[in-house]
Amino acid sequence: MGANIADQSEGKAWDGGSAKPMGASYGKMMMWFFIVSDALTFSGFLAAYGLTRFKFINVWPIADEVFTHFPFMHGTHAPMYYVALMTFILIFSSVTMVLAVDAGHNMNKKKVTFYMFLTIIGGVVFVGSQAWEWKNFIQGSYGAVQLKDGKIVQFAEDGHQIALLDFVVAHEKEAVDHTRNNGLWFESGEANPSFSVEEVVASFKANPHVNLRIEKIDPTTKKKIIVSRAEGLKFLEQAARVVEGASLEVNEYGSSQFADFFFFITGFHGFHVFSGIVLNVIVFFNVIIGTYEKRGHYEMVEKVGLYWHFVDLVWVFVFTFFYLV
Amino acid sequence: MGNAANHKALIWKVFGLLSAITIVEVAFGIIKPDFLFLTQFLGTSLLNSLFLILTVVKAYYIVWYFMHLGDEKNSLKYSIVLPLIVLIPYLAALLIIEGGYIHDTLAPYINWKY
Repeated sequence: MGANIADQSEGKAWDGGSAKPMGASYGKMMMWFFIVSDALTFSGFLAAYGLTRFKFINVWPIADEVFTHFPFMHGTHAPMYYVALMTFILIFSSVTMVLAVDAGHNMNKKKVTFYMFLTIIGGVVFVGSQAWEWKNFIQGSYGAVQLKDGKIVQFAEDGHQIALLDFVVAHEKEAVDHTRNNGLWFESGEANPSFSVEEVVASFKANPHVNLRIEKIDPTTKKKIIVSRAEGLKFLEQAARVVEGASLEVNEYGSSQFADFFFFITGFHGFHVFSGIVLNVIVFFNVIIGTYEKRGHYEMVEKVGLYWHFVDLVWVFVFTFFYLV
Repeated sequence: MGNAANHKALIWKVFGLLSAITIVEVAFGIIKPDFLFLTQFLGTSLLNSLFLILTVVKAYYIVWYFMHLGDEKNSLKYSIVLPLIVLIPYLAALLIIEGGYIHDTLAPYINWKY
């Protein structure tokens, strides 16, 4: 025993127990308690998301209409397939992690190395997928108009949402994005969307097949309400600006809190995945140089494995609350 | 060790189960059958309740078999699981009820006619 630990008790509970309370090593137990506290942190975020969502339950964006992209299948409507794929990637990298822990119990250095390597690859692929998901979310695919009171209105034809690009006729533009490198004292400026409000309104008036789709959800069909042309024109009288994609301030999907929570919670989770990859890489190299072989056990792989599974566990909940429910 | 092969088989079995549940979830999420989707029970649809139950099942399998919590001593098991299953539903219930209340109070004041 270490010199600083008084261990005269021989495991009698009345004397403060043995050096291994609850039968787990210090490091493993502390990893478990860290996971408990981190789980509560994520619960706090997701519960806050739940509160905001119920607060705006009749106007909240519908997930399958937001996340519809799949790599190499441009233009197809593929709700959820991509996040399902991401879920599989993460579950699979959890499996390779368990296999690494298992190989560690058998002191099989070669197999631990191999499975740790696969786990790291899985993690990197997952973070990359998340970056692609963010890119699509930030760019947006339809475009919308924000009214003066902050409501977002979208456009629809035959009951389906259409993009601004599909019906708006743009004029020659003289305005260019004002950027830092062409101004002496320039800090930042208004975004310069592809279409102006006037162009959108004029094209809406000129095109009788286009309808306005408001944020409100019809409680009987649970779909966004599409209003009549006359009502739509009245809505557009209040138009303030054209919105394309998403930022923390405004997004084309609806309530701005939707994008805020999406960025914050998936970002926080992505940061956990990133830290997990860093830990995995450190352990991977320690395995290669034989640190744990010399130590006589591979418990470090097990501890980092606990963290990695926790990251997978959180994703299971994020997947449910952002994409399914 | 005879247990080693057994252990590996269990890992793959759990992986198969988690994948199967995910496929079921995604299928339901895409089809959204009306008899589940257009219902209202305890403040949400039956489809959402189904998703929630399947998620908790997945969480159980990850924690119990991938994180091996099932193999730990009872004292460790309960000191990990009890705080979570007491505190999280408590927090979630309070905040969601409150969110519903804010909605009921404020939504009637939002103007949808221009």
